[in-house]
Amino acid sequence: MRAFAELLERLLFAPGRNAKISLLRAYFTTQPDPERGLALAAIAGALDFPGAKSATLRELTGKRVDSELFDLSYDFIGDLAETIALIWPAYGNDPPALPEVIDTLRAAKRGEIPGLIENWLDRSDPSTRLALVKLLTGGLRVGASLRLAKLALAEMGLADVNEIEEIWHGLQPPYAGLFAWLEGKGERPTAGEAPVFRPVMLAHPVEPPDIEKIDWSAFRAEQKFDGIRVQIVATGQETRLYSRAAEDISAAFPDILETIDFHAVLDGELLVIRDGVVAPFSELQQRLNRKSTTAAMQREFPAGIVLYDMLFDGTEDIRSLGFDARRARLEAWFAQTRPARMQLSPLIGFGSIHDLAALRETAREAQSEGLMLKRGDAPYVAGRPKGLWWKWKRAPLSLDAVLMYAQRGHGKRSSFYSDYTFGVWTEEGELVPVAKAYSGYTDEELNFIDRWIRNHTINRFGPVREVEKSLVFELGFDAAQLSTRHKSGIALRFPRILRLRTDKPAEEADQLETVRGMIS
Amino acid sequence: MPPHPETWLKPTPSGLYCVPGDFYIDPLRVVPRAVITHGHSDHARPGHAQVLATPETLAIMRARMGEERAGGALQPLAYHEALKLNDVTVRLVPAGHVLGSAQVVMEHQGSRAVVSGDYKRQPDPTCAPFEPVRCDVFVTEATFGLPVFRHPPPAGEIGKLLKSHALFPERTHVVGAYSLGKSQRLIACLRQAGYDAPIYLHGAHANLCALYEKFGVKLGDLRPATAAQKAQLKGAIVLAPPSAVGERWGRRLEDPVVAQASGWMRIRQRAKASGVELPLIISDHADWDGLLATIKETQAPEIWVTHGAEDALIRACSLMQICARALSLIGYGEEE
Repeated sequence: MRAFAELLERLLFAPGRNAKISLLRAYFTTQPDPERGLALAAIAGALDFPGAKSATLRELTGKRVDSELFDLSYDFIGDLAETIALIWPAYGNDPPALPEVIDTLRAAKRGEIPGLIENWLDRSDPSTRLALVKLLTGGLRVGASLRLAKLALAEMGLADVNEIEEIWHGLQPPYAGLFAWLEGKGERPTAGEAPVFRPVMLAHPVEPPDIEKIDWSAFRAEQKFDGIRVQIVATGQETRLYSRAAEDISAAFPDILETIDFHAVLDGELLVIRDGVVAPFSELQQRLNRKSTTAAMQREFPAGIVLYDMLFDGTEDIRSLGFDARRARLEAWFAQTRPARMQLSPLIGFGSIHDLAALRETAREAQSEGLMLKRGDAPYVAGRPKGLWWKWKRAPLSLDAVLMYAQRGHGKRSSFYSDYTFGVWTEEGELVPVAKAYSGYTDEELNFIDRWIRNHTINRFGPVREVEKSLVFELGFDAAQLSTRHKSGIALRFPRILRLRTDKPAEEADQLETVRGMIS
Repeated sequence: MPPHPETWLKPTPSGLYCVPGDFYIDPLRVVPRAVITHGHSDHARPGHAQVLATPETLAIMRARMGEERAGGALQPLAYHEALKLNDVTVRLVPAGHVLGSAQVVMEHQGSRAVVSGDYKRQPDPTCAPFEPVRCDVFVTEATFGLPVFRHPPPAGEIGKLLKSHALFPERTHVVGAYSLGKSQRLIACLRQAGYDAPIYLHGAHANLCALYEKFGVKLGDLRPATAAQKAQLKGAIVLAPPSAVGERWGRRLEDPVVAQASGWMRIRQRAKASGVELPLIISDHADWDGLLATIKETQAPEIWVTHGAEDALIRACSLMQICARALSLIGYGEEE
């Protein structure tokens, strides 16, 4: 457990991606099975301990520490797990091993769990206690994503990370087969017949120089739908709906799942579709991030899928075929199967790229994010291969907003004020926040803004600085939506900094009213 | 019956005032007579007409402020020597915080009050250790007055620094540390751990290190770190004020490992937010256990808390059946 705790601590403070990958790789290389596999499971969020909730830990702590002292400490630290880890009055030098914790908890009756945890906390030092509490309560924000762990594993086994992605969803903790393969002691595991997620193919954005440089006649065009990317995996026996990040969202969309009786793996866009008409993204949002759904929700926001690719036709893996060939298989399959709640993404015929430019301009009215351009002969390759798929997003909306608050960034930006909150003016002449943006500036601009913030701070709230309301930025964003989360009542989608407007006085920044007019 | 200290020791906007002695302790504003516990700038302020302190503290004040601003008349008082000021006997007793740091022990008509100034209970090779004094009222700081602050042994933290230094031999380890006390303690601890390579110093640290050496604290081979010698600093340990480390000065170094030596490093997100890669939990203040142990050792029936997290410490005192209250003196705690 101590090695795991040390890994978590070092990951938190490691300044960059490469440093984190080396830390993970060193850990996986030096730790034994099943310890390293369980650590990987913890990072993947694949462990769950129903008997050990934060409330259990609070209660345990309450028995050992005066509640007023606990509250004062918690108030100061702001993180429950860290407060418990630090305030726990014992100091032990004999922490339990990670497998011991997991096996014991799995076998324990509910009533035994608090006693077990208390004993482990007594046996540990504060750093191990923190790892333990984070592990138990599932709040393992380790400062490293599962993707980084997979990259570390790939480095360790001299494998392509996509080979790991491909089999990942068929694997179970503690991943002994995976480690054996990576260390050259076993065969590569396979997913077999299980309804597992397959890594998806992603597109590069079209930059202005690309427009003339690329021979677009080899490409096929489709709309870029403004929903969420999903993968339908149906084996004939079992059916799953996955998000692009491989999250199983089946339970939230029974209306789609219940209509599926075919055998295929399909790639498409999840949308709210009413009588064949695609609704704005904000309506789909009503159904996202929910564990389950109600009949009323399903009636009011009917879900549908626009299909654009086929990965498996029955048991046949067709990912090595070119796009045109896969599309033909998809169309033939669609004509025969006629799946309910699904439609085909129409191919858009075009003569030259300039025809498409015109279409892209009207994307906003069509509830579309722009265009997708896919090479006709491109196989379905996991990840973001160069030159095969392109996304050509509609031109962003923009507004001029005033910098209100700034916060330090992370990693290499951690000594810079790089995360900003921007506001626009209400009719009463008050600034209200409408967006947070973290990107879009050059290093030189960042230096300038950082210096400006340090010299114009008027207030500090912990890590946040409030600044003089006088620096104007032009922000780009994809859409404006109603939101109850912000005081302004508006949220911007994908806001980013387009330009610094040091030439513009703050009073001339945009009005909230103008932004309201941009709501789609 | 001896008078209760609350009748002769009073919190005022200028600081804690000893009425029968007619002096202030660590006054926040300019006063005719000041007794100074130690040289940190929030306790030792310039411009008082008469200043009483240990010879070390007076030397530190002169070095930091210049002869003029350090005060009108500077009167040294060695540890444990008694001095009668009007109707009060004053003694200075080691506080273990930094070189020269002292508790102010005051006796008036058989009643005794002790003002701790800042103090710590951990070992420190650069200053005399804290000595508990029995008293009727103990006036304590509470910088780390929450039960989450328990400082680990400094040797382990120094070990972390040396381990990282061995792991990244190409990178400059730049450690943020206060220029008075923390810096010299870190250097001395590194020397104790066997690190005898040159240690490089930001300009703010050099004078005070020289002063410590003059008082017999051996610090080994120290050299100035100017950004011009970037290449030479590769793989070296550099000490700089905390404010310089995360900022432009620190960024000029090549691929630095940014470390910070402070009790606040105990809180991960705080450490993270200050841009630190290697947090070292080394503090010159008493931690929670140190505060409680000290309060018990003074056997004082009443505790006054000057600054820091007073609520929790007062609560802990009440759990120990000790009467405690906050003095709410504003202005301390700016320099750890």
